[in-house]
Amino acid sequence: MNIKVTNRINELFEHKKSGILSVYYTAGFPKLNDTLDIARHLQAAGADLIEIGIPFSDPVADGPTIQQSNKQALDNGMTLKLLFSQLEELRQHVQIPVIMMGYINPVIQFGVDNFCKACEKCGIDGLILPDLPIKEYVADYKDKFEAHGLRNIFLITPQTAESRIREIDEQSDGFIYMVSSASTTGAKAHVVQDQIAYFQRVRAMQLKNQTLVGFGISNKETFETAVQNSNGAIIGSAFINLLEKSVDLEKDIKSFVEAIKGLSS
Amino acid sequence: MSYLVDKNGYYGQFGGAFIPEMLHPNVEELKENYLQIIEAREFQEEFAQLLRDYVGRPTPLYFAHRLSEHHNAKIYLKREDLCHTGAHKVNNTIGQIILAKKLGKNKVIAETGAGQHGVATATVCALMGMECVVYMGKIDMERQRPNVERMRILGATVVPATSGSQTLKDATNEAMRHWISNPLDTHYIIGSVVGPHPYPDMVARFQSVISEEMKLQLKAATGNEEPNYVIACVGGGSNAAGAFYHYLDAEEVKLVAVEAAGKGINSGESAATCVLGKAGVLHGSKTLLMQTEDGQVIEPYSISAGLDYPGIGPMHAHLFETGRVKFENATDEEAMLAGIELSRLEGIIPAIESAHALAALSKISFKPDDVVVVNLSGRGDKDLETYIRWGKY
Repeated sequence: MNIKVTNRINELFEHKKSGILSVYYTAGFPKLNDTLDIARHLQAAGADLIEIGIPFSDPVADGPTIQQSNKQALDNGMTLKLLFSQLEELRQHVQIPVIMMGYINPVIQFGVDNFCKACEKCGIDGLILPDLPIKEYVADYKDKFEAHGLRNIFLITPQTAESRIREIDEQSDGFIYMVSSASTTGAKAHVVQDQIAYFQRVRAMQLKNQTLVGFGISNKETFETAVQNSNGAIIGSAFINLLEKSVDLEKDIKSFVEAIKGLSS
Repeated sequence: MSYLVDKNGYYGQFGGAFIPEMLHPNVEELKENYLQIIEAREFQEEFAQLLRDYVGRPTPLYFAHRLSEHHNAKIYLKREDLCHTGAHKVNNTIGQIILAKKLGKNKVIAETGAGQHGVATATVCALMGMECVVYMGKIDMERQRPNVERMRILGATVVPATSGSQTLKDATNEAMRHWISNPLDTHYIIGSVVGPHPYPDMVARFQSVISEEMKLQLKAATGNEEPNYVIACVGGGSNAAGAFYHYLDAEEVKLVAVEAAGKGINSGESAATCVLGKAGVLHGSKTLLMQTEDGQVIEPYSISAGLDYPGIGPMHAHLFETGRVKFENATDEEAMLAGIELSRLEGIIPAIESAHALAALSKISFKPDDVVVVNLSGRGDKDLETYIRWGKY
């Protein structure tokens, strides 16, 4: 099966080549029913892409901030089933691309077919499942995802071999998620020289997919460094920190996004 | 049918390597090199020599006269409790530390629940002069204070895992996160037949020395290298993997795995994964997993800190599904009674993990001539507190 229907992710990357801002947050955090409001506020504030995290009890790729938000969301009562019901109205309010990000186990328990159907029904454009490796994806998941118009986004890291980056590029149709350094998710103050060399190395490979840099992007400075060598960047933990202390989501999200995009948009 | 791992890293539908891309280079390096390294003569010689001179292998196969009389069968105990550090865990850490050296690593990390694997790792790191960091759930650190200090005496850094439920699965999560952040110079010594391929196969190979010795020792003792039964307890399943390994294809040998039923299968406080689990993915492999309908991992319970893991090695999930191994379970109470029984009948205080295997002796109808081997995976010194608190002796 090879369905090449353009979706919102493709459209975004067709008309915007630089300074793309993608924002991650955990569904059901800080409060159970904040999921849809945060998506609306992000769009209004000028985010280009939204990643909604499916909470999981054992998020091994995540640092303390996102771990804590996962735990809080689960304690609040979030489940994948509830998340899909919250997202039923998503496309009445939000037009920018939306990706769901999470670990594979809740997806398996929900049933892969049911999961894909529910994503399509809610207007989800893509998936990031860090513990679904490319080999397993191609063997068991790819056809199902494509049949429901879902783009699977893969991660690469500074340690990913060039041949594997090529393989990932070949299997991707959306963008490639460039993990900025050998680490779990989490805000860092600076982007260091080694990372810039890695961004440039990948850029020089002239991949068919565009790239967004994630992990350690926390503010205007790190965002701008990242977007100089890629098509954009992803902010997660820093946004979770903001949500945690926010008393006015709409206002705080607006100033957060504006502060990051500032001069770069 | 093969019960061992296939070329793709699977045991039937279980296994694989469900790892984030950040771990791919580390796991790939291991996958590409482990067989070549451990099958080389040089490795084999160093491994065998350390098992002999340092660990104290072969461990005895002891004919337990009074226990045999009590259960009306010929019961032998494979004395892994006599290994250096007090349990079978060291067989694996010796193998992996030599492997880590061959891979050019100079730092080692490990997870530990009760602390036995942590102690076995800290021990081999001291032996080889390697830097050692052990992750241990904060709650487990409080429950297993002596093992924490043992690791520190051996020079290891013990880091409390403060995320999630603060026990073994969280210690494993933290160790994996550490490995993600330190991909080049660090080897992760996983303590059981769990984790992404090739770990389950690699750990099973290092533990297979148990059944390799059993065959020779049984042949000498009974004239037949095959017993009627081999019984072992299962948390993640490393001692059972070692005890079953060389008998997997000998279908006439009945293999019995004993899980921890905790306060009872339906009490909500149990660790009997094969009864209560469903196929899922945790810590890099697809296996049977205790989880909610929503796919969130459930924190298991057992009086034995070495058996309260929410999953089970993928090899065991396959052995369960194919019926090659019969899975039994024992409650806290049954295990404690079996531990006291062995103490009184044979003068051996078993680890509470191993006491679960002993508890199965009362659940099986043996014929008087049946030869039964119980893998006595560890000694009870570390469990004195628990025996004392339980009190019924």
